Parts: sequence; C-alpha cells; structure tokens
Amino acid sequence: MKHLTAFNRAEQGHILTPRLETPFHDRLAALSETNDWYSWAGYKAPHSIFDTELEYFAIRSTSALFDISPMVKYRIRGTDAARYLNRLTVRDVVKLGVNRVHYTAWCDDHGHVLDDGTLFRLGEEDFRLCCQERHLPWLLDSAGGFSVEIDEETAEIAAVALQGPTAFAVLEAAGFAGIEPLKPFQLAEFPHADGSVMISRTGFTGDLGYELFAPANAALGLWDRLWTAGSGFGLKAIGYDALNRARIEAGFIVANADFITAETALRADRERLPDEIGLDWLVDPEKPYFNGRDAILRARAKGTLKHVLVGLEIEGNIPAEGAIVYHRGKKEVGLVTAAIWSPLAKRNIAIATLSRPFGASVTDNLWVEIYAMRELRYQKLMKRARVVPRPFVKLDRRAATPPGRF
Amino acid sequence: MTSFDAIVIGGGHNGLTAATLLARSGRKVVVIEADDALGGAARSFEFHAGFVSPGLAHVINRLDPDVLSALAIEHATARTAAPTVALSLSGAHAVLRGAYGETIDGVSRDEAARFRELRSKLLFQAGIFKRFLKRRPPEVGEIAFTDLKSFATAGLHLLSKGREEGRDFLRMLLMNVADVADEYLTDDRLKGVAAFDATLGIHLGPRSPTSLLGLYYRLTGEVAGATGAQVVAKGNGHSIAALFDAAATKAGVSIRTGTRVEKIIADRGRASAVVLSTGETLEAAAIISAIHPQATFMALTDAAEIGTGFRRAVGNIRTKGNVAKLDLALDGIPDFPGVARDDLAGRLVIARSIDHVEQAFNPAKYGQFSTDPVMEITLPSLTDPTLAPDGACTLSALVEFAPYALADGWEKGKPAFLKIVLETLERYCPGIGASIVATHFLTPADMEERYNLPGGHWHHGELQADQLLINRPVSAASGYTTPLEGLYLASAGSHPGGGISGLPGLLAARQILSEKRA
Repeated sequence: MKHLTAFNRAEQGHILTPRLETPFHDRLAALSETNDWYSWAGYKAPHSIFDTELEYFAIRSTSALFDISPMVKYRIRGTDAARYLNRLTVRDVVKLGVNRVHYTAWCDDHGHVLDDGTLFRLGEEDFRLCCQERHLPWLLDSAGGFSVEIDEETAEIAAVALQGPTAFAVLEAAGFAGIEPLKPFQLAEFPHADGSVMISRTGFTGDLGYELFAPANAALGLWDRLWTAGSGFGLKAIGYDALNRARIEAGFIVANADFITAETALRADRERLPDEIGLDWLVDPEKPYFNGRDAILRARAKGTLKHVLVGLEIEGNIPAEGAIVYHRGKKEVGLVTAAIWSPLAKRNIAIATLSRPFGASVTDNLWVEIYAMRELRYQKLMKRARVVPRPFVKLDRRAATPPGRF
Repeated sequence: MTSFDAIVIGGGHNGLTAATLLARSGRKVVVIEADDALGGAARSFEFHAGFVSPGLAHVINRLDPDVLSALAIEHATARTAAPTVALSLSGAHAVLRGAYGETIDGVSRDEAARFRELRSKLLFQAGIFKRFLKRRPPEVGEIAFTDLKSFATAGLHLLSKGREEGRDFLRMLLMNVADVADEYLTDDRLKGVAAFDATLGIHLGPRSPTSLLGLYYRLTGEVAGATGAQVVAKGNGHSIAALFDAAATKAGVSIRTGTRVEKIIADRGRASAVVLSTGETLEAAAIISAIHPQATFMALTDAAEIGTGFRRAVGNIRTKGNVAKLDLALDGIPDFPGVARDDLAGRLVIARSIDHVEQAFNPAKYGQFSTDPVMEITLPSLTDPTLAPDGACTLSALVEFAPYALADGWEKGKPAFLKIVLETLERYCPGIGASIVATHFLTPADMEERYNLPGGHWHHGELQADQLLINRPVSAASGYTTPLEGLYLASAGSHPGGGISGLPGLLAARQILSEKRA
C-alpha cells in the first residue's frame, strides 16, 4: 500500500538535502581531503579541509579562506533604520558611520543577550546585521512603530573571510584596486564580474583580514579570483577547527558555545546579561533607550550580576576544554567554555564563565580540573589558573594601515 | 513649558478619580481630555434634539464606596436598587428585586429558594475576589508582607464557612456559568439572566470555560452598601461624569477639554512631558494615562522608548469588543406587555435561556453578529426625566454579540444588525418601532473611534483569567507603574478592570502617593 504521508514527504526537497550547501560548496568539496563536515545553521560546513594544524598556521603565517556564508544575515532598510537599530542593540548606532562596521549585541527586555554580531552600515538608511542565531521574529516584532523593512538575506548573500598576514597581498593581486586605505571596521564596494563585492576589513581571527560579501550567484567566480591570486601567497581553504583556535587567541566569544543565547536557553538561570559575558563595554548608557537598558543598569546599580566571563591562563600545556574551575581547589566556581594551547602565545589559554565574585573581585587561587585521556584512562590534572586580559594574542598587523604585504 | 506635579491623560471617571485624589493631596494636577466634555463612557450626550443618552454605561452597579468617599462625592445613599426583569416572549416575566434578586417575582417558591441559595453562594465567593480588587496586585518575585496578609485573610475568610465551602470555591472558580446555573436552577429565564450577566462585555459564551468569572466580577460591585445592586444611570447634571467633574473641579484640578495628547515624551526610561494637540508641551513628575493601555503605548509613546517585548505584549492585549449600544428616542413610554410600570424604570433583559445566550455568542466566534441577539434595556428617562421631552422617553440597550472584527465589515453590517436589533425589540415590545423618533447606534468600531477605545472594548481589554490581576494589562505594567518611570496607568485596562468603579484610578493614585516624590 502506498503511504500518502511518506510519499508527500519524499516529494519535499529538504528530505533529500538535510544540509544545505553554501554557494562556495563546489570549491570546498573539491578541496576537501578530510571530508569532515558539520552543520552550521543548517548548512554543510567543514570542520577541516586538509589538516587543522596546517590550516591554523595558514591563518597566522600566510592566509586562509573561510566560508562564512551560513552566518545569518539580515538587511535593515528604511528612514527609521538607524533609530530602529539603536533601540534594538546596546551600542550607539548614531556613532556608526556609513561604510563602517561595529561589533554589537542585542538583548530582550530583561537585558538577557539574544545574540552578538556585526552591524554593517552600508548607507545612511541601509544596514546589514550578521549573527549566529536566527532572529527574524524578534526583528519583526521590534519593527512595530518604525518605518523599516527587514529581510533575511542569508541564502542570497555569499560571504567568505580572507584572513592572515598575506590577506591584503592576495586582494591586491586579485585586482581589488583601492583596498589599501581600508581601515579596520571599514567597508567599501569593489567591482566584481558584472556586479560588485562588498569588502570589509573585519574578521574573527584577530589577524589582518577581510570579509567579502557578494550575491550568491557571483560566489564561485569570486572564490576563483581569490584562489588564483592567492597561489603565490600561501592561500589555503580552512575549516572551523582552525578558525576556532585563532578566535580563542583573539579572545572572541561564540554564541551558544561561550554563552547561551536567551531565546535558546531552556533553563532560566542560563540567560546572561552583557556584563556577564564580557560585553559590558558595548553597553552605552548615554545613548537613547535600548532593549534591556533598565535591567542591565538595575543589575549594575544593585550589584546583582551573577556571572563573569574571563580569560584564563592555565599552567602546563593540556587544553582545559570543558574543565570545571575551582577556588582553592575545592569550591566549584565555573566552567571553561573554550581552551587551546596557543601556538602563537605559547601559553595554555582558556575562556571561562565564573560565578561572581570569583573572576571579578576574587581572582586568586583558581584551579581547573582537566581530564586528560591517556590511552583509555583519564589522567586527572588540577592546574593553577590565572585570570588574564583578552585578547591573548595581539597582532600589530591586524590594524596597521596601510596593511603589510608580508 | 508649563509644569505640573501630575498630568492625567483622559478625563474619564478613572482619570478624574486619580486627578482628584492627587489634587486633594496638594499636588498641582491637570487633566487633558480629547473630547469637549469630561466623563468618557460615563458621559451623557444628546443624540437627538431634546433626547439625551446616559452614555455607554447606562447601569451603575460597581461605583466603589472608597472612591466616592475619597473624592467626597455623595451618590445614591438610599437603597433604591433597580429591579431586573427577565423578559419572556409569553409576557410571563421573572423579576429580580433588591440587590441581585434578594426576592424574585414570577417564579415558583422552590425556584426562588434555589436562586437564593445560588445567590448567597456566589456573593460569598465573589466576596473573596473582592478583597483582591481593592488593592494593588502583588508583584511576582517581590511579594510583600501585606500581600501575604491579604492572601491569608482571604484564606481564613474562605475557611470561616467550613472546609466544604473552601472546596466548593476552588471547584467553581474556573467553571462556566451554564454548568453552575444548571446545577442550581431550573427556570430558563433566571438561567438566561445569569448567563447574560456573566458574559456581558466579554468574549465568552455561557458554556465557555471560566465564564463564571464574569458573574463574580458583576457581584463584586455594590450600590450604597448593597452588593449586587444596580441603579439606572442619570444624565446631564446628574450623570456620573458630572459628579466626578464637580469633584475634580472642587479639588482644584485644572481641566483642559477639547485637547488631545499627541505624544508622551520619554527618554532613557523616564517619561517627563506630554505634547498637546495645541502644540504646547506640559511637564510633570507623574504622567497618569487613564486611557486604553494600547492607546497609551502604541499611539502616544515612541516605540524607540519602550522594549520590544513590552510593546509586543501590549499590542497582544485581547481587546476586541463584542457589545453594541443602542439609544432610541421614543415619542412615548413603550409598553412591554406584562412589565409593571414601576419595573420599566429598572433593567429589562432579553436572554430567554442559556441556549439563547450561547447561540447568540456562537456567530461571534466567526466574526458574525447574532441573528437573535441578547440585550439589556433601560428606559433612562424614567429615572432622569431631564433626558427626554415631556411625554417622550429614551431607551438604551447594550446588545450582544457584535464582534469588533465583523467579517463583512461594520459599514455593511451596521444597518443589517440594527434592523435585527429593532425587530427583536418589536417582538418584546410590539409597536415600539412606530414610536421611534430617532435612533443612535454604536458598534464596537464606532466606540473605538468615538471614545479612542482600541477594539471598542469598554473594559480596555478582555476581562478574562489571563488578563487579570498580575497580568492586567500586561505583567510589566500591572502595578500601575510602567517600564517608563514617571508614567502610570489608571484606566480600566489596569487592575481590577472596567465598569464604572473608579478603582483603577483610585489604586493608581494611591500607588503614586505611596512613592517618594522626585
């Protein structure tokens, strides 16, 4: 007997392609030696392309191409766009000039962080908001009373990050004339094929780097253009594992890895105020009202902040990923959310969330308990941890303008 | 810029209550009313030369004694409760006398006894609710000692009549009125009145879960100390609006009628001023909005000054009205066969049975009006002769169900529904059609426009379990304060709700008075 429901389901394309492919997928698949994929926001994304270790060193020594197309992208346009975004996000959008980008975050009415991301000001009344999670309902609900138009353009816009010391040299060789004066967090349009590509000097590595945005149908041409130009500059395609190492060194946090976003948190105590995940510096109490303002300022005034996100330097060289943090080696005070041995800093570094006052006013006598698997047996290590400032690695070449060619 | 201690937006009876109380405490208060006279839904108006309607509120049954004494208003001290006549097509009516049927004419002795039993049960249970209606709803997460005290005394009161009563209260609390009426009564006319009163102004049928709450709410009201009693509203200089107006004026409240508030000025969590239709800006430490919460936050407040979640919650308040208001100018006193002349001055209810009310409600679920509507009728000029020329008469009726969002739109629906309403009246009062001098008919859409009442809902939001107490109008503004410091709510949209009680205004003013002055 033919089962109608099953039949109908089989007709639906998403059953055949449970993971979407990004506009760059053909190139990534052709280069992939490890065939190691994961799901990023529903898209097939590489953990690695050929070797995580070497991919990491491409970021730090030559340059790397990382497909960021799955990053969720919203376009916000209209006469009230700036006013709308100023109410939505914690940073002052008025201070964000045209052709500039800033890192920001947005909260619900209770001040709990919904996500962090980058806001691109493409025009006086034209913005692009990029982030990890999807927020269309929240963005649309926020639009009531504003003259704005909001579109999700995740699928329509392909994006790729070009990061590393030779990133500028690659772009120059690829013929993007006029890229040289671009300062960090600045963006510009460049001609590409029949249309254009938007290039911003931004990235998630703390290194010299750029992010390129183009219509999905121009993606493969753009990749080929970069790839050809990059052959003399050690350009490699990389996966997320390599990028993750670079971002930890740069001290960047990842939504739903280093903190739980308010809309995905199932447990009431997992939500976080900006000050509890190291984003207090984004919050501008002087700017006009924004979502969560009352709650954040009240928590500051009353001293009711419960958590703090810190950088840790841990003795030894065993990464402390997932380790519990103790005070005096006994009292459990937090959790390491990301950790690596940093090849660049030559330090064992970590990002951790601690319960205040630990990590805030009490920073001495912190320990992490690392379970190191040694041939089917855990070796339990209690290592001393020190709270240190982020970023763990600071590179002059990241911000130098004009950028070096290396 | 002119400066006040308090600005009250909206000169309805709640706005006037808050304004008067604040002025009596020594504050400099101004009331801004968009209409050319005060009173809102309690304001009488001439709808035809010589004929005056008492306004939307044609029956007064919950004007709060604390409000009256706080405002030093003297009103209806005599216990002259108007009767309720449950009309029957046969002319054999049942008449509830005293405060909600202390005695009943026209039913069997047994049925009268059963009604007495139901009445005392409901009055006892409503009394427990009443304790919570006259105080600020508790704040979740910050329950105060006084809140616990009121919970405890309510609990003790409940147990004072024995465990059985306590159990029965919890059993009945969220029941529907039809099941409760069926449990006690056999007479369809009495059941019809109970079903009508429970659902008047609420988008529920008598068989909808929780519909008994509407009847409890009705029975928390009192007139001159008699719980459940009612009087027919007067008009002109004797209207409720006029009493509140006089009290406000006496207390030294400045009054600006014919002036609309265009905008509430707020910045970074603090409301500080209002901009008027005249272009003036008035400043005040406290701005009290006694208009519908949606009108306050969706229309007057810049979305950029309030949170997404808060604005969404306010926008989602269920506030679609379901009642139409009819005023008729008649060339003589109508003859309802079987109704005694004195009883005509009371309230006449067309609700033949639970089924009648339920069937009248059914189409409303699908955006249609009732083809056999239920209604309560008064002849206000019999109580206040100034409302009609000598020998003539006015008729006022609240008619259900007339859903705000009528599927075909009210432009088309209004004449069709009016025709049905008049035909219905004709059946109970043959010949009335011929004596009509003028007709004035308001659908919820008309009320929305005329009274700046989103959804045309006189409770300023459905009075149902999910929109009561700590959730009225929304949780972040349930204690008369709002997320904007300096902005307070005082309309029927706030606890305890609508009807001419003055309690939201009283409790809002008390909240402001309890705070330290900035």
